[in-house]
Amino acid sequence: MTQPPLLTVSDLRSYFYTGAGVARAVDGVSFTIAAGETLGIVGESGCGKSVTALSILRLIQPPGRIEPGSRIVFEGQDLLRLDDAGIRRVRGNRIAMIFQEPMTALNPVFTVGDQIAEVARVHASASRRAAWDRAVEMLTLVGIPAPAQRAREYPHQLSGGMRQRVLIAMALVMNPALVIADEPTTALDVTIQAQILELLGDLQQRLGTSIAMITHDLGVIAEVASRVVVMYGGEVVEEARVEALFEAPHHPYTEGLLHAMPRVGRRQERLTVIPGTVPPPTAWPSGCRFRDRCPYAWERCTREHPPLYQIGPGHTSRCHLAEEPERRVRRSDAVTAAESAGQPPRAQSVA
Amino acid sequence: MTTVRLDQLEVREGVAIGSSSPWQTALRALARDRSALVGAIVIAIIAMVAIVTPLVFPDDYCIAQPDIIGLKNIPPSFTHPLGTDKFSRDVLARLICGARVSLSIAFLSVLVAATVGTVYGAIAGYLGGIADSLLMRLVDALLAIPRVLLLIAVATLWNRLEITGLILLLGLTGWFGVSRLVRTLVASARHDEFVAAARALGASDLRILGQHILPRVVSPVLVAATLGIGNVIVIEAGLTYLGMGVQPPRASWGSIFYDGVEYFPSVWWVCVFAGAALVVTVLAVNLVADGLREALDARQLPPR
Repeated sequence: MTQPPLLTVSDLRSYFYTGAGVARAVDGVSFTIAAGETLGIVGESGCGKSVTALSILRLIQPPGRIEPGSRIVFEGQDLLRLDDAGIRRVRGNRIAMIFQEPMTALNPVFTVGDQIAEVARVHASASRRAAWDRAVEMLTLVGIPAPAQRAREYPHQLSGGMRQRVLIAMALVMNPALVIADEPTTALDVTIQAQILELLGDLQQRLGTSIAMITHDLGVIAEVASRVVVMYGGEVVEEARVEALFEAPHHPYTEGLLHAMPRVGRRQERLTVIPGTVPPPTAWPSGCRFRDRCPYAWERCTREHPPLYQIGPGHTSRCHLAEEPERRVRRSDAVTAAESAGQPPRAQSVA
Repeated sequence: MTTVRLDQLEVREGVAIGSSSPWQTALRALARDRSALVGAIVIAIIAMVAIVTPLVFPDDYCIAQPDIIGLKNIPPSFTHPLGTDKFSRDVLARLICGARVSLSIAFLSVLVAATVGTVYGAIAGYLGGIADSLLMRLVDALLAIPRVLLLIAVATLWNRLEITGLILLLGLTGWFGVSRLVRTLVASARHDEFVAAARALGASDLRILGQHILPRVVSPVLVAATLGIGNVIVIEAGLTYLGMGVQPPRASWGSIFYDGVEYFPSVWWVCVFAGAALVVTVLAVNLVADGLREALDARQLPPR
């Protein structure tokens, strides 16, 4: 790997200065994306993945702010140092974004053709005619039948899957080097989801675009990503190649996420859940931010904020278990062990 | 393949729905609304008469006094369908000239009010934060002053107000409501996801405001402005009646009414016809405004 990565995010911190205190939504996140690669960014609601995505394009609105010291280097230039006109030339042109809600990300009062054409008019100062032709061409590319006719329709006349295709078309008009897809399939039903993922993968192969796929759905990650960044509490807690992550997750949070996934052929009455919720970003716990919900947490986790430990080649994890692997014993496992050793559980007294 | 079959299904749906722009849909809804249609026709007739008649007849027709003694206060007849006033002037001719003045004052001052209000409200709503608070508190303060009192106060400062002055005066005291309306709409549209999407695709602030936010503001402003026209016609008549609006010998519906008061009720026709012109016009304008509101609201729903 002699080529420098397409995108290098280092020590990204995006804070929101709210009445309730400073919300450290993204707090020291670093990762890279290579040209042509698909990086998955996973985590549950409130872990900072969407804010990370918005930060890359500097779309954080006040009271949010990207803190000094953060660096986002894309194609050799620091995006955080560009002036307004400079960052606008990157948005939609070199880096495009696909939003989660195909219902609301399109303007209801313009035809979809006009909206796709607008991107070409903004960035390539294309003529009306040329921009329109480009829009129709893009609709063809994303597999919309009768594109010339569809282009003259309004968003409410299209189905959810079609609208998501339109958003993808809008993102790809300028043939960007990087597409950030923020939960692009969450609002769609499962069959359409599969089609959209297939389309994205297909387009990536044809156009050589890098994709940052942001999702809470590990199934989506398994399908499209080659590398995964797991986020929790505004930090990267684990990073690995997708196979390594699914075969041998290291961080207890990743482990929890994998256990919480329904699987065909696994007999379970209920899904395993990770207890509790993400703590508010105004008050991350001291030490490890996952410790309150972690089945292995011990006293060191309260005291010491874990760094990213190297687990294997290209595999890092923000967990002290890397240094003390013998502590990977579930509390519930310990109870089960004790039960089978002959101590009856005290279920009656609880009821 | 599943993909193909699903897409074909979607196409069939699409064909059934058909394609029409939001404005076409709104126009169709408006045409179906009987009372709005009647209102629109009435306004069209009045406007037409007001515009065309002075082109046909000489300009001083409405101040002509062929026989100042003999033709004074003549009741409606074949030669003077709506009678004559105390200066022997034909009331119908006066009303037509008055329509020109009253309607153009109403239309132009509402245009001023809508423009100022939209720009002001859009700036406040788009900037948000402290700038927004300051701008809107200023509007609150201005709204706290009763409009008619303000108008009377300002009008008395100039003892003979030209029509341009009157238009500006009515326009510049009429935009507060519009600015509030626009501010609210812009402030909420600013957080719409398609605005975020447009920004992510590289659109500038000006483009976002002009292309994505203001079109959403147009229809509510249109409704508010139409209602405003009816309101301003009445206010102008009132001001003129009080001697502070349109100055004689120029006719406006307010001044015609005022000229008739002296001999009312024995010479009833001057006041009654001037009043009727006012009432019919304002009613027609309000009918259209109501129809517009419903037609433009329906536009938000998918066509059935």
